[in-house]
Amino acid sequence: MSRPFALPDLGEGLTEAEIVKVLVREGDVIAEDAPLIEVETDKATVEIPSPFSGRVSGIHVQPGQTVKVGHVLVTFDDAAVVTAGRGGPASPPRREPAVAADASPSSRAAITQGRGTASGTVTGSSGASSGAGAGSAGASGGADGAGRVGPVPATPATRRLARELGVDLGSVRATGPGGRVTDDDVRAASGGTEPRTAPAPAAEHAAPAKPLKTLGAEPVLPRFEQWGPVERQPLSHLRRTIAERMTLSATVVPHVTHFDRVDVTELDAIIRRNVEAARERGLVLTLTSFLLKAAALALREHPTFNASLDAAAGELIVKRYCHLGVAVATERGLIVPVIRDVDKKPLVELQRELAGLAQRVREGKATLEDLRGGTFTITNLGALGGTGAIPIINYPEVAILGVSRAREEPVVQDGRIVPRKLLPISLTFDHRVADGADGARFAAAIVRRLERPEQLLLEW
Amino acid sequence: MVMGDLVVEVDVAVVGGGPGGYSAAFRCAELGLETVVVDSGKRLGGACLWEGCIPSKALLHVAALIEDAERARDLGVDFGEPRVALDPLRKWKDERVVGRLARGLAALAKTRGVEVIGGRAVFESSRELRVEGEEPQKVRFKHAIVATGSAPAALPGLALASDRVMDSTAALELADIPERLLVIGGGYIGLELGQVYAALGSAVTLVEMTDGLLPGVDRALVQPLARRCEKLFDKIRLGTKVTSLAEKGSAIEARFDGGDDGVFDRVLVAVGRRPASAGLGLENTRVNPDARSFITVDDRCRTADRAIYAVGDVTGEPMLAHRAMRQGKVAAEVIGGRPSAFDNVVVPAVVFTDPEVAWCGLTEFEAARAGRAVRVAKREWAAAGRALTLGRTDGLTKLIADPDSGRVLGVGIVGPGAGELIAEGALAVEAALTVEDLAATIHTHPTLSETLMEAAESLLRQGG
Repeated sequence: MSRPFALPDLGEGLTEAEIVKVLVREGDVIAEDAPLIEVETDKATVEIPSPFSGRVSGIHVQPGQTVKVGHVLVTFDDAAVVTAGRGGPASPPRREPAVAADASPSSRAAITQGRGTASGTVTGSSGASSGAGAGSAGASGGADGAGRVGPVPATPATRRLARELGVDLGSVRATGPGGRVTDDDVRAASGGTEPRTAPAPAAEHAAPAKPLKTLGAEPVLPRFEQWGPVERQPLSHLRRTIAERMTLSATVVPHVTHFDRVDVTELDAIIRRNVEAARERGLVLTLTSFLLKAAALALREHPTFNASLDAAAGELIVKRYCHLGVAVATERGLIVPVIRDVDKKPLVELQRELAGLAQRVREGKATLEDLRGGTFTITNLGALGGTGAIPIINYPEVAILGVSRAREEPVVQDGRIVPRKLLPISLTFDHRVADGADGARFAAAIVRRLERPEQLLLEW
Repeated sequence: MVMGDLVVEVDVAVVGGGPGGYSAAFRCAELGLETVVVDSGKRLGGACLWEGCIPSKALLHVAALIEDAERARDLGVDFGEPRVALDPLRKWKDERVVGRLARGLAALAKTRGVEVIGGRAVFESSRELRVEGEEPQKVRFKHAIVATGSAPAALPGLALASDRVMDSTAALELADIPERLLVIGGGYIGLELGQVYAALGSAVTLVEMTDGLLPGVDRALVQPLARRCEKLFDKIRLGTKVTSLAEKGSAIEARFDGGDDGVFDRVLVAVGRRPASAGLGLENTRVNPDARSFITVDDRCRTADRAIYAVGDVTGEPMLAHRAMRQGKVAAEVIGGRPSAFDNVVVPAVVFTDPEVAWCGLTEFEAARAGRAVRVAKREWAAAGRALTLGRTDGLTKLIADPDSGRVLGVGIVGPGAGELIAEGALAVEAALTVEDLAATIHTHPTLSETLMEAAESLLRQGG
C-alpha cells in the first residue's frame, strides 16, 4: 500500500513551481513535517514538508522540472510506518535544537548541513516530539527515530494556544498522559510567558501569521500591550521570504563591507550627452547599466566574487557565467530580477533589458526565469538619497555592490579645488571566500572602469 | 429601484445559508465583521434543516415510536395496530420541527445583524458577486465564504422524469406511503429513509451495488443493523445494479443486473451527494474546483483565491453538517485574524437508523490497512444492564487504542442511542485522552455509556 503526495496548493494563486532540490532519497524513512522538497515559485523558494511519516518509496520529480499543483512528487510506503520504530516512553531525553535537521522549524542552512555531513545525527524522540529525522540519515538513522503516526496528541484548546504562541506542537516536549502535550508544555516551549494579546483586527490579508524560519530561537517578546495599544499584522509571503533569506545570509555569512567613492564626473557627462539620443531610441539611459557593465568586467578579473561557497563540500563553486541581479523596490517588497550574460551584451541592450525587467517586476509579472540564477547583485539606492548603506549579501552569492546618490563635491586636484561628481559605493562580500585586500582590489576594478568609461567601451 | 443599482459593501459575503454558512456568518458577526448571507431560498438552515438531517430525524423518530410500540407486545403491552395520518404527521414535521428551528435561526441572524439576501450568487471577481433573482444586487466583499453545500446525486444513465422517482428531498416530503418502494443505495440515506417508509407500512426493496450495507463502515458495527433491516425490509439485494427504470402505468418497472425484476409504486434514489460548485462564477475568481467539483481548501478553509474561503460539503468528504459548522467557525475566525484552524482529529459520523451506528476516529479496518498496531476492545450489549432493561441488546461498543501510549484512537458504537453515545468517544479522541482516563471516569449507572467505560477497563486488564 503506498500513498502518493502531490504538490500542494502554495497559496497566492500560484499554480506551478519548479523543483529546486529533492531533500530525500528513495528508501529514506522520514518523519511527518521533515523537509521533503524545495521548490521555487515566481514568488519565493519554499520548502515542502512531508505530510506523513514513512518510507519514501518513489521520487517522481527532479530538480529543474516545473510541476503543477496536484502533480505527484513522492510516494510513501505505508508499511514502513510500522517498522519506523515506535514512540518511546513519555519523556525521553530531548534532542538539542542545534542538531542537524530538526524536523519542522528547520532552516534551510540546517538542512544543508544535515545533508552535507550525512552523519545521521538524528536521535530518537518521543511520540509527542518530532519523530524520525532527516532523509539522508538513511535507513539506519531512521530506525532509531520515532515515527509518530497521526497528529500530535493535544486537546483542541492546547493546539489553539500553540498556534497563538507560534509554537510548533511537534517539537514540544510532552508531559501529559499518553504523550499528550499540555498547555504548560506549550508555554514552556514558547519561553514561559504567554503573550495574551487582544485579537488582531480583521486583517485585509487574512493569511494567518506563522512563525518565521530563523536559525536560532529568538527570545520571547515582552507584552507591548502593557505600554499601549498594539496591532498584529501578519507578514506577506514576500516579506517572509525576504526576512528568512536575510536572516540566513546575515547569520551564516561573515560580512565585510568595503567603502569607496567613485569619481563619475566623466561618466555623468557621457550619460547627459546621450540622454536625448537614447530617448530617440526609446531608451532612458541610467547609471545602472554602466554599473552592470563595470561589475561584469571586474568579475571577469576577480572570479572569486562570481561564485558560491559550498560549505558542506569545502569547495568554492566558481561560475563561468555572469548573470547579475538588480535589486528593485516594489510596493510589495524587494525583488531581485536577473540579467543574463551581462559580460556578453552591449550596454544599450543591458539598458533595454533592465527597463523591461524592472517594469515586469513592478507589475508583478516577472517570470520564474527572470528571478533566478544570479551570480552577483547590484543595489542602487541613489534615487532615495543617503550617503552610504551596507547591503546584505543575496545568499548564496559572494558579494553585493551598493551604490548611493552621486553628488557634486569639492575635490582637491593638482593643488586646486575642483567640483567633481562623486558616487559612494559599498561592496559587501563573504569573508569566508575573500579577504579585505581581495575586496579592495575587486572594488578598485569596478571603480577604475567607472572613472575611465572608455574602459567600458574597450571592455578592459 | 432599478435593477443593478444596489451595491452592498460588506466585510464578508457568505454564499449559502446552510449549517456551514450560518455558522460562519454568525461567528463573523460576533467578531464585528459586517456580514451578509446570500441564499437561493432566502432562508437559513440549508439542506440540513429543510431537506436533510432535521426532517429525516423527525420521521425516524416516528418510525422508532412505531417500532417500539410493536416491541412492547413482547413486554406485555399492546397498543394495537398503529394508524398513520399523513397530514398531521407532515404538519408536525414541517411546522413544529423545521418551521420552529427556521424561525429560531432567522431570529439569531436578526439579533446578530446578519442580513439574508435571497437569490443566486454568481462571483464576478474576487471582490464582487452578483445576486440574481428577486432581489438583484451586487455585493462587494473583502472576503467571501462559499458554503453552497451539496445536492442529491442522480443515478448515472437512469434518468427518468417521473415524480415516482424520488431523491431524498422528495422522499422527505412524504407525498404518500407507497405500497412497494424501491430504495437504490444502501448508504446512510437509503437505510434511514428505507426504514422510515418500512415503519410507515411500505414493502421496501433495497438494492446496493457493493456487497454490504453502509460501504466503508466497520462490519462488526453494521451487522446488527443489517439483521434489523432484513426483518424490516421486504428484500435486500446486495451486489446488484439497477439496469433500467421505466414507467409502467402508474408504477415503475425496475430491472436488475441479477435478474428478478420488480414493479414498484415509488423509487428512492439515494446514491450519494454531489458538491454544489457549478454556476457560481468561480471561473471569475482563482477558486479552482477539482475533477469531482470539490473546492480544495487548506486547514484555514482558504481556497486558492486569497479573498475566498469555502466550508462544508462543497469542500469534500465527509459531507456532514457538523463538519461544515466547525469549518464555518474556523473560516470566520481566520478572517477575523484569530489563530484558528480546522485541525480536528475526528469528524464523528452517525447513521440514525434503528439501531443507530456511530463512529469516530480510527477504525480497525483503517488501522489494518495502514499497518498500524492497535488494541481493540469490544463490549457486547447483551450483558449490559441498561440494554436489557430497554429490551435492546442488539448493540456493541468498540474501543480502539494505541498500544504504547494507551491513547484512544477510535470508537465505534451500534445500538439505540449510539448517536448520542459517540460524543464521549469524539471528545476522548479529539482531546487525546487515554484508555485509563475513560476507565477512571465515573459513568452513571445504569446507562449505555457504561459500555465505553467497560471496554476501556477490559483494555486495561489486557494490557496491565
